[in-house]
Amino acid sequence: MSAATTTATAGTGTRRGRTAGRFAEVAQRRGSVVVLVLVVVVASVVFDDFASLRNAENIAVQSSFLAVIALGMTFVIITGGIDLSVGSVFALGGVVTAWASQYGTLAALGVPLALCGGIGLVNGLLVTRVRMAPFIVTLASLLFARGLLLALSDGGQTTYLVPDGTALTVLGRGSVLGLPWPVVVVVGLYALGALVLQRTGYGQTVLAVGGGEDASRLMGLAVDRTKLLAYTSSGLLAGFAGTMSTARSGAGVTIVGVGLELTAISAVVIGGTLLTGGAGSTGGTLAGVVLLGVIANIINQVGSLDSSYQLVVNGAFLVAVVVVQTLLARRQSP
Amino acid sequence: MSERRTPAAATAARPPATDDGEAGTRRDRAGSTGPGRRSRPRLRPGWFQDYGVYAAIVLVLVVALVTTPGFVSLGGLRTQLIQVVPVLVVSLGMALVIGTEGIDLSVGSVMAVSAAVLPLYLGYGAVGGLLAVVVVGVVTGSVAGSLVAFVRVQPIVATLALLVGLRGLATVVGGGRQTQIINPTVLQLGRGEVLGVPYVVVVAAVLVVVVALVVQRTTFGRQLVAIGGNRTASRLAGLPVRRVLVTVYVVSGVLAAVAGLLATARLGASTPNTLGELLELSAITAVVIGGTPLSGGRVRVLGTVAGALLVQLITALLISNDLSYATAQMVQAGIIVAAVWIQLGRRRAS
Repeated sequence: MSAATTTATAGTGTRRGRTAGRFAEVAQRRGSVVVLVLVVVVASVVFDDFASLRNAENIAVQSSFLAVIALGMTFVIITGGIDLSVGSVFALGGVVTAWASQYGTLAALGVPLALCGGIGLVNGLLVTRVRMAPFIVTLASLLFARGLLLALSDGGQTTYLVPDGTALTVLGRGSVLGLPWPVVVVVGLYALGALVLQRTGYGQTVLAVGGGEDASRLMGLAVDRTKLLAYTSSGLLAGFAGTMSTARSGAGVTIVGVGLELTAISAVVIGGTLLTGGAGSTGGTLAGVVLLGVIANIINQVGSLDSSYQLVVNGAFLVAVVVVQTLLARRQSP
Repeated sequence: MSERRTPAAATAARPPATDDGEAGTRRDRAGSTGPGRRSRPRLRPGWFQDYGVYAAIVLVLVVALVTTPGFVSLGGLRTQLIQVVPVLVVSLGMALVIGTEGIDLSVGSVMAVSAAVLPLYLGYGAVGGLLAVVVVGVVTGSVAGSLVAFVRVQPIVATLALLVGLRGLATVVGGGRQTQIINPTVLQLGRGEVLGVPYVVVVAAVLVVVVALVVQRTTFGRQLVAIGGNRTASRLAGLPVRRVLVTVYVVSGVLAAVAGLLATARLGASTPNTLGELLELSAITAVVIGGTPLSGGRVRVLGTVAGALLVQLITALLISNDLSYATAQMVQAGIIVAAVWIQLGRRRAS
């Protein structure tokens, strides 16, 4: 699931150089999975309640919203960009879903997708046509989406509720073959994401654009269209994650999603996707998401720890991974 | 006029690399013709990017005068000045960082950490608190600076990680609560005034003057701008690139920490959970509106001050016209995009 990477293999050097290069590449791609397994094993031994089916389901469902957001983020980051608006767009998607649910399930699914996809599209247009820096564009739309959300909910005063018994509730709380719907959706989306990234021309273009934008342009690849699609799908997925969250909680909560973009970026980077673009995998991102979910769960299990430690751990992880990535990259291309 | 730029930013064709690093330390006044540039009879290109912000402030004040009675008054403007102080102080550091072609997204969280640490050290008196705040800024700034200068992580990534981690740290240190400040000196700093000017405004003004002087009159200021203009050339020319970069991030960290102190003193309470959230965005906006391009090589301190004031005035004007904070946020998003767009025009015109 995570074979797509264009990291230059250091195959030209001596045998030792080659081994080092291969080790670096494996550490880059599979590091998150190794750490995840280690953390899970240690936690199972230390905490009695950790290794249960119930807790596993808990972690999976809790992580599902972040997973959907991080999938879109993976594509954006591989193109060499960044999308800081996803946290706000996620919250906006949730509130709009709850608001639209009074007009039926179709509206509850369609309206937030249209709106959030629209925001993603504008992000993409500003990045590709106007050539603005992605982080400033998406920071602005972070602010815009948050403002729109507050305007819709009268400054957070109004909370829209999802009417009972709609099909939407099933998406949030129902299960199929014993698996909760959010988890099924995540598995489906990631399978699709991996397929797109590795087996389609679009996926290859995404990797190529991130690897070298000018070169891709000279090769005649549709650079702008590729990036536009990446930002649009990031907006769509963030909005859809909001829909899922609202379907689960039954209400459009206005205060969610603050700082979520940073967690999503952490997950993507921990999963081995280079923040400089050009290499990455959806499978790695999923491992990164689950790793962060497991850590959050452990912090809860300890009980005496404040949940803010999660942020400290995320930040520390992010620094560590980025430093290791930078050092590995430097070793590969001296 | 606090402006400095390298020829790389000012001239059409980039001069050869070695020339560039050397010339980065040369003084180049606004309006004068840079080396290798033909003089033009028309308005100097880029004047709008440079001075549009002042025109915009005048425009906003005129609009306010017409639409909102009581807004343009001594009392009204004084309130705006007080409110702009935290953003302004943070923007000063941000301007320096952006001048080196970097970015510092961690400033809001640094403010929060400084606010969280302050009450813990006020037991040693106001000086102890101030020292603790400065140490917070120095430590966070050194971490960011070292990541950027030595490990060569992209500035946006390094400071993003700090943004996440430091916010968590602030909440942990502050116990997730708001803490009342009872130290009389700190409260006096927040509420007191001298000759009718609030202390916080005085502090901000002093910092503006110091930063402007550093940018214009010191070797460090010249090196900073040269590095932003062309880092490779600066290194080849023998400038202490790493040292300057670390120093710039430390300065940004200290200014953010001081901004946290000023905001806390003003509030009379330490609120590490929320203090400084999204403030990095306002600071970047102020810097960009003021004519410092995100591509570095140029620092405009007075422009940054004007940029911070402009954003503050527009937000306050909207809110005092009964538009919600939400609308003000959306307008600010528009302003950011417009400002960056306008500054991009400079690069394209050249």
